[in-house]
Amino acid sequence: MDIFLVEAIVNGLLLGGVLALLALGLNLIFGVIDVVWIAYAELVMCGMYAIYWLHTYYGVPLPAAAVIAVLFVALLGVLVHKLIIAPILGSAPINQLLATGGLLFFLQSFATLLFGADFRNVGLRLPIIEVGEIFVSFARLLAFGVALVGMVGLWLFLKRTYIGIAIRAIAQDREVMILMGVDPQRVYLVTSAIGGGLAGLAAALLVLQYDVHPSIGLSFGPITFMICVLGGLGSMIGGFVAAFIMSQIIAIGGFYTSIELSYVLAFLLFIVMIFVRPQGIFGGRS
Amino acid sequence: MLEIAGLEAGYGGFRALHGVALTVRAGEAVAVVGPNGAGKTTLMRVISGLLAPVAGRLAFEGADLAAVPPHRIVERGIAHVPENRRLFPRLSVEENLRMGAFAPASRPHFTERLEWVYSLFPRMRERRAQLAGTMSGGEQQMCAIGRALMSKPKLLLMDEPSAGLAPVIVDQVFDLVRRIRQEGFTVLIVEQNVRQVLELVDRAYVLEVGTIRRSGSAAALQADPAIREAYLGI
Amino acid sequence: MKAGWPLLGAALLLPPFLPISDYTLHIIILVLLWAFVYTSWTIMGRFGLVSLGHGAFLGLGTYVTALLWNHYGLTPWAGIPLGVVVAVAVALVIGYPCSRLKVVGHYFALVTLALTEVVRLSIVAWRDVTGGSLGMTPNAVPPESIVALQFTKFTWYWVALGVWALGLVVWHRVDRSMTRSAMDAIADDETAAAAVGINVTLQKLLVTTVSAALTAFGGALIGQYQMYINPDTMAGVGVSLQIVFAAISGGMYVILGPTVGAILTIVLQEFLRVLFGTRCIGAAATIYGIMLIVFIIFMPAGICGVIVARMRKRRAVAAAAPAAG
Repeated sequence: MDIFLVEAIVNGLLLGGVLALLALGLNLIFGVIDVVWIAYAELVMCGMYAIYWLHTYYGVPLPAAAVIAVLFVALLGVLVHKLIIAPILGSAPINQLLATGGLLFFLQSFATLLFGADFRNVGLRLPIIEVGEIFVSFARLLAFGVALVGMVGLWLFLKRTYIGIAIRAIAQDREVMILMGVDPQRVYLVTSAIGGGLAGLAAALLVLQYDVHPSIGLSFGPITFMICVLGGLGSMIGGFVAAFIMSQIIAIGGFYTSIELSYVLAFLLFIVMIFVRPQGIFGGRS
Repeated sequence: MLEIAGLEAGYGGFRALHGVALTVRAGEAVAVVGPNGAGKTTLMRVISGLLAPVAGRLAFEGADLAAVPPHRIVERGIAHVPENRRLFPRLSVEENLRMGAFAPASRPHFTERLEWVYSLFPRMRERRAQLAGTMSGGEQQMCAIGRALMSKPKLLLMDEPSAGLAPVIVDQVFDLVRRIRQEGFTVLIVEQNVRQVLELVDRAYVLEVGTIRRSGSAAALQADPAIREAYLGI
Repeated sequence: MKAGWPLLGAALLLPPFLPISDYTLHIIILVLLWAFVYTSWTIMGRFGLVSLGHGAFLGLGTYVTALLWNHYGLTPWAGIPLGVVVAVAVALVIGYPCSRLKVVGHYFALVTLALTEVVRLSIVAWRDVTGGSLGMTPNAVPPESIVALQFTKFTWYWVALGVWALGLVVWHRVDRSMTRSAMDAIADDETAAAAVGINVTLQKLLVTTVSAALTAFGGALIGQYQMYINPDTMAGVGVSLQIVFAAISGGMYVILGPTVGAILTIVLQEFLRVLFGTRCIGAAATIYGIMLIVFIIFMPAGICGVIVARMRKRRAVAAAAPAAG
């Protein structure tokens, strides 16, 4: 096999890890609160800027900046729920989607206002590792590893803690949760914070590989929604697998054609899948 | 223990309960019986806070229940086994039981109560890792009762525990209720299966079209000709 | 009130003759053209078919027209109809399975979102022909060329006014048609609508086709007027959301709602741009974003929706008063 193709596949796999992390966060919010945060990738952008800003202007070491970014974006997640979603929780779902669309505009332009439209990076050069004849960027490897650890952490949280089990349970029966003594609003807030935290973690991993600019969210926001739907909205495992399928399409497609056409391919596949299997690859019959 | 007076409740413009009055004393088992659509489930939902009453007094151990937020009711000592069981189908049995102990006061006692529920229902121990939605109706009912018991309630509300179950299973479920009784729980049970439930409880109320029509000891009601004709088919 | 309408109509004929700056006239033309696009969106959006894919139709209309002109010298008089046909074909290819398989709500929004990205990325990928993300400029000829559809602002005003009026007429026709009652029933309860004999698929495709065709037409004209097109401003998620927001903020259930939305968003953008200048790029859009959120939370019926509701209330009170007396 072509050595460059192998390299593309490996890179696709590594990208899939970060996309899976994002899809997981979005899926969690959708499954629990039943809203789609269209501005989810813009939260990632906020995290990337936070790290850039802390590191470049205040000399905060990257690991510390990353931790702060996770907390910061988690807080943003809480604010999104409190200020935008909670007031319109009862209205048509599409309104919630559009309200977060307004947030997308706001965050994009606010970032432009603060940082300008320039591409910025944290100026870190991580080594390239040579495995056999394949070159793999250490940043991507690190991102993949941390994303996996993050996902395992989330899984344990959802499996072992009271609030974690409540997060899984509430989508199955909202009313009975109240009989169990669970305040749904609290569960929503915790879920929003976790969703935000995952976006913050993704930001910390992406800032090592990509320049940050105000519209970076648009380059992986849409693909994240597609992954969620492909895996079955609300299904964690489905989203995980779909992330790797999509990232392989992009990687292999990009190898044979161009990066834009590989995205076109991914989106077309998504459209066809919605018609063929609307419940997602792993979704049961609804 | 539970005192209800002049209770009015309903959905939107529809009034399902008119001036309902009812008492449950500590240690008692009380049934509310009546035909479909009489307002029995509405009554249960009001007690456990899922539905806010329009008017009336609702007191539990002397404290006004209407002032308690719905998710705090269970902390006061009222657990509700809802109609149709309403388990979390894609959680395991043990996770369902864990949700029953969600209230902060219950969490430290989780392990001991889990053992206790498992000893009451050994079948649940066998099924602990199984997804609740994949069990049989009778097993699901056990799990739902177990989940309510995990909060060690002072008052257990049961809404139609026998609904939708095969006759053999119904007998088993009533045996379960009898055992709960023997454990010393106070029980308020809603049933359509009047004959069997009257064998089980101390007192009963007859609810028809949102109003209490009759009440009395189980024995008295069993002997009442009107009840015999309408509900016992004799 | 009735006497006011002809006056208002007459006032619309005035702007090109008024001593206003070229810039002001430019803004008015932009408002009219975009108002037409926003009106086109509401033709389906008001029935719960919240499409995030209108950027696709806009982009197809504008790029097909401009590419045929630049590469084959085909007049926009033929290019625009072809662009509209392509947009309608795409709308049907997506719309048919969507209605047959009952893809609604979130799923419909996401399918159309994917569609708009497919169009945008295809334009970017085909950069040898389309100029990619740098955009393209239709080959210019001296102004007032009917064949090239390139005019001075004076003439463009009349064109813009004409298509805007056309948009309102179509909106009105749809509003008064059987399709409207059918679509209202479908939006309310699709299964029940089908049960009373409404052909759900046909009705949905009808409004989708009209909406997509008009949007493509509007996109082509905007490209002709601006003489510059770019995949991000004419085809992507960004413009799709822009269309949805303008339509919603103005009010999508009232005939002039999208127009008010266009006035609001374009005038606001220009005003903020002038106010902040180039020193604070992004300030205008920041305020715009906040307003969008506030609108959706507090005024989901839009400005015109609120005004109409108030007027109805007042009229109802006025009608009730003499009856009581």
